Amino acid sequence: MTDTLFAQVLDEASRADPYPLYAQLRRTPVSRQGENLYAASTYRAVTALLHDPRISSDERKSRTGAGALAASGRLIEDGDERRPGFIFLDPPEHDRLRAVVMRQFTPHRIRLLGRHVETLVDELLDRRAGQTTLDVVDDLAYPLPVTVICELLGVPREDEPRFHVWATALARTLDPPEGMSEEEVARAVSAAAELRAYLVELAGQRAAHPRPDLLSGLLTDASGDRMNPPEIIATMALLLIAGHETTVNLITNGMLTLLRNPEALALLRERPDLITPALEEVLRYDPPVQFRTRTTLTDVELDGVTVPAGANVALLLASASRDPERFPQADRYEPLRQDNQHLGFGGGIHYCVGAPLARIEARVALGALVRRLESPRLAADPPPYRQSASLRGPRHLVVEAARVT
Amino acid sequence: MSSPAAPGRVVIVGASLAGLRAAETLRREGFRGELTLIGDEPHEPYDRPPLSKQVLAGRASPAHTALVRAPDLEATWLLGEPAAALDPHTRTVTLAGGREIGYDRLLIATGTRARPWPAAEEAALDGVFTLRGRDDAERLRAALAAGPRRVLVIGGGFTGSEIASVCRELGLPVTLAERGPAPLSGALGAAAGSVAARMQRAHGVDLRANTTVMALEGDGSGRLRAAYLSDGDVVEVDVAVVALGAVRNTEWLAGSGLAADARGVVCDAACRAFDADAVVTDDVYVAGDVARWPHPHYDGLLLAVEHWDNAVRQAETAAANLLREPPAPLRPHRGLPAFWSYQFGVNIKSVGLPTIADEVVVTQGAVADGRFVAAYGRQGRTVAAVAVDSPRWLPAYAGFVAANLPFPPDLHASDAPDPLRPVPAGLALDDRATHSPTAAVTGDGPTASDRSTHRDPRSPLTAPPL
Repeated sequence: MTDTLFAQVLDEASRADPYPLYAQLRRTPVSRQGENLYAASTYRAVTALLHDPRISSDERKSRTGAGALAASGRLIEDGDERRPGFIFLDPPEHDRLRAVVMRQFTPHRIRLLGRHVETLVDELLDRRAGQTTLDVVDDLAYPLPVTVICELLGVPREDEPRFHVWATALARTLDPPEGMSEEEVARAVSAAAELRAYLVELAGQRAAHPRPDLLSGLLTDASGDRMNPPEIIATMALLLIAGHETTVNLITNGMLTLLRNPEALALLRERPDLITPALEEVLRYDPPVQFRTRTTLTDVELDGVTVPAGANVALLLASASRDPERFPQADRYEPLRQDNQHLGFGGGIHYCVGAPLARIEARVALGALVRRLESPRLAADPPPYRQSASLRGPRHLVVEAARVT
Repeated sequence: MSSPAAPGRVVIVGASLAGLRAAETLRREGFRGELTLIGDEPHEPYDRPPLSKQVLAGRASPAHTALVRAPDLEATWLLGEPAAALDPHTRTVTLAGGREIGYDRLLIATGTRARPWPAAEEAALDGVFTLRGRDDAERLRAALAAGPRRVLVIGGGFTGSEIASVCRELGLPVTLAERGPAPLSGALGAAAGSVAARMQRAHGVDLRANTTVMALEGDGSGRLRAAYLSDGDVVEVDVAVVALGAVRNTEWLAGSGLAADARGVVCDAACRAFDADAVVTDDVYVAGDVARWPHPHYDGLLLAVEHWDNAVRQAETAAANLLREPPAPLRPHRGLPAFWSYQFGVNIKSVGLPTIADEVVVTQGAVADGRFVAAYGRQGRTVAAVAVDSPRWLPAYAGFVAANLPFPPDLHASDAPDPLRPVPAGLALDDRATHSPTAAVTGDGPTASDRSTHRDPRSPLTAPPL
């Protein structure tokens, strides 16, 4: 089964440009891609499945237990101390945990963070002022969301190098396991254990001395449906990884797209207010999360294909957002696109909790890059990519400029 | 893109949501000719859903309900004067003041108005309101803000229930009189209505089910003072809101020769109006609340839908067909009815046609938790679904309805009750004009099977509750 189209998507050789493969996959909206593995590729099929109660996010319910390792039990040993984060759970448990987190994402917290994002972006770019090169990833797109998520959650920034390693190892597990080596699996398993141990200790500190952060908020939540300690740890691990591994790609994919589309870049230099639709178009055109894997709870018929109960289904969000049946000129980056109901943040009950925060960070970061890079151009096209196929983005994005102002 | 050559003049009668969206579609599809919109209200198009919610609660000004619209519409707006007559032979619309407007193609989108309180003298009392337009909302908002002793809402459909919800939000005592066995029972059935009834009572509404208002009484100076209910009670109130549904604005079409009556204007699935001999016209189109058409998904039954979403999509389809030049195919209007409501702190969304259902079953969540999805079935197939505080599932149910999934649907949902427990939906299946269903079969169709009868409002409901 190594040469199915989806296997080719997973292959690192396709990382820089999986979109032609998605175009081939869309010829069959729902297709079999391996032993117990299916892919949904069109906008219609993916949106239908995102909203379908016959589809589960809990891959422990899969017949083969394959799919994302993060939920498969290899990282989560049975017992009441360890459990999946809520994106790997179904209603009603998912709904309860998500609601608790949503209560912590108060408009007040988001506003405070938003103000802080502006300062952070300025500080990070000031470090490169006067230079003629900049790595979008190392200099801005990585440190910005990491600092923000640490602040939000209440994780000390100075511990960042430690969980950077854990987050990278764990992000890989969102890909189907076929492409992972035993060594990578071992790394992910130990990363999960270390991250949990770290968070348990931190939670102990915050429980004793609460601060105005989310971890303290979860620990001191007095409502009837509050999380128990293992749920808090699982949720923290989830948010930490999600905050690490997604916004970095959104900012970097956005800058890469703008550098490849000089008219769009010029337009934004002239009309900085257009960054909002331009960013939504990045979320459609080159989204940070390419696909998510789900499991069928019963036989599901879609577009003439019956996906049997217990099968894994890859919902190809990035492919759906490039579907020409839904988006005219789907393969073109059009920063002024109007009707843009992309799937960049997913859809249905698992729609990205951090979307408002991601939008603020990416808007400010891209706005500043557009403004402060004089005559920028790519040092290498395509740039080198990180390994993950699901959370896809460049490892580095070196830009040469006349000057960073 | 259609050929911009013909037609030269398009007239749209009705300048609300459907009229505006049709006008925008015409321009978007390349129509370059004269475009005229005729509206009876003085206001430019505005959005109605907030009127019974944010506007009434005083959180939004009526002026903020103006609909966002394309800046380059280049249309002539004739506002503040209703159309009074149509002559399809000379292709002329006559306004109330006598002015005549000629057209090459006509779109009828005159919508509905609030059904007035039947006794004119009582309706004229100071303190008696209806709610349909912006000005109604402003008047009623001011009356509620003045802090009446008690508000009486007459009719427990969606509008009436939303008004009662706002009253409670404002801390006002409110009595709601509903002719059927429960609020929302006309649109969603008695079983789902029983959930609404519990919700209303939990929020302090003095709910009188199976009860009608016999008379409204004024004091010496013409101010509303009291209401006489069929349960024998006399309720002292300063404000009464008549929420008895809508009347279709078709009187102006009398004598036009079109198939128009109190139930609406009949058109085909391509939105082309029928004349009284059931011959389809090719220059008169219909969209929005005033239209009745054979929906392909419902065995060709004539459907009338008073929903926001339908007004938009039917207007777009009508406009595209209006411009079409043969041999380009006609587009059918076949979207499923869908609506939402917000009341007593919960979001209610529906897709399909609950009014034709014989059974209902909770498929996800739990009524006791206030979050659930219920599927409606008719003769073994799924015909509708209602989601309470679970809106994100509804698109899938739209797919189940479109695919005629067997009822009860076998979903194996992770949050499904075990076992599924279908109960009679408790709908009065008949075609009389009723105040509650906002989507109704108005032609041949299911006949009355379990017509609700009047009973003591405090007695248990007959339909087994969900």
